[in-house]
Amino acid sequence: MTAADTYPGGTDSAPHWRDPKRYYWLLGLFIPMFPFVAWGLVTWTGLGGFWWTGVVVLYVVFPLIDILIGKDSANPPDSALAWLEQDRYYRWCTYMYLPFQYAGLVLGIWLLTRGGMSVVDQIGLTVTLGGVAGIGINTAHELGHKKESTERWLSKIALAQTMYGHFFIEHNRGHHVRVATPEDPASARLGESFWRFLPRTVYGSLTSAWRLEKARLGRRGKSLWTWRNDVLNAWAMTVALFGALVAAFGPEALPYLVGQAVFGFCLLEVINYTEHYGLLRRRTDTGRYERCAPRHSWNSDNVASNVFLYHLQRHSDHHANPTRRYQALRHFDDAPELPTGYAGMIVLAYFPPLWRKVMDPRVQAHYGGDLTRANIRPGKHAAYGVVAA
Amino acid sequence: MSRFICPVCEFVYDEQAGVPREGFPAGTPWADVPDDWPCPDCGVREKTDFEEESGS
Repeated sequence: MTAADTYPGGTDSAPHWRDPKRYYWLLGLFIPMFPFVAWGLVTWTGLGGFWWTGVVVLYVVFPLIDILIGKDSANPPDSALAWLEQDRYYRWCTYMYLPFQYAGLVLGIWLLTRGGMSVVDQIGLTVTLGGVAGIGINTAHELGHKKESTERWLSKIALAQTMYGHFFIEHNRGHHVRVATPEDPASARLGESFWRFLPRTVYGSLTSAWRLEKARLGRRGKSLWTWRNDVLNAWAMTVALFGALVAAFGPEALPYLVGQAVFGFCLLEVINYTEHYGLLRRRTDTGRYERCAPRHSWNSDNVASNVFLYHLQRHSDHHANPTRRYQALRHFDDAPELPTGYAGMIVLAYFPPLWRKVMDPRVQAHYGGDLTRANIRPGKHAAYGVVAA
Repeated sequence: MSRFICPVCEFVYDEQAGVPREGFPAGTPWADVPDDWPCPDCGVREKTDFEEESGS
């Protein structure tokens, strides 16, 4: 007899297999606890600095844990993948992010609008809320790739807090189709700093989502101005959410709501920045881009970042099999690997000279010194010793 | 009426049912679907990579 959490056996050499990360995934729920933890610590110690808990954990604690714990490249046996995917326990680990995320937002807005906090404390709590919201986009990302309509709905709900409902369209139908090409606003180019990438991806993703819905609705003979427009109905959730909070806590809630949302989507975009920096799919003889392969995404197998981001860093397998559930994503030995987890890389990305120092040689090495094969920022070819095509 | 399957995620385009959400009503022949239409579920590959399901 085997326990419900043990794979009963397959055709390969692992007759019984237990997922070593099974219960680690619950740790993902620590992130939406940030506002509660911050409130508790401030109340207990009387130190306003703890309103910044979310920021400190994301930018300092997680990168350090990645460095201390290191890597885990173990994969489930291939025969266990289907079994692993059908286990509904893993879905609940992601679903449960949402009630905590929104309970934390209500708590945060209540604390911010009741008065008595210094400006610095207010900013700290607002970015702590934004951190939860930004990682919430990662939860929405996992849910939005699934074929089941319940999960797609939950995805949109998770995006309401960051005003990023259009991500649900653009990511699946835009980014995944054009990844690692110059046409993709969410694939960073060699020589493109994060600060240059940020406006390009925010604006480009928004207009792309709009165009994708225009094309889809156009084929149905419908105008864009309908509730069937998934960009509009996802944004409507943000209007309803912000409207309800303003009704409950007054108009002074609005600047905090917008502030945390902007911080949240900027956090998502800095993660985006690290995922495909400089990588390029080649055109085949027919003029189409080659199929996305492991070599077109940056991976990292740091345990801590992986647990908190639902294996997002096993990014090559994600792009090869976007509908595959997070618990079943695999590490590939031949995929390009970042020097540390996404948590540390996003800190690096804020400092472009440091980023270039660390990443440009890696892109160069990945292409065997031939940067004509890289996705270079227009105008930067000469700086990399490449003749622009 | 034929069925075409996405080689990546096994999404099926069934000519009989079409994909109304995508603007292809029931009965839309595969030939009327544009070549650059990507799989609506995974987005990895386009129509030209779909495979016809055999034996149905």
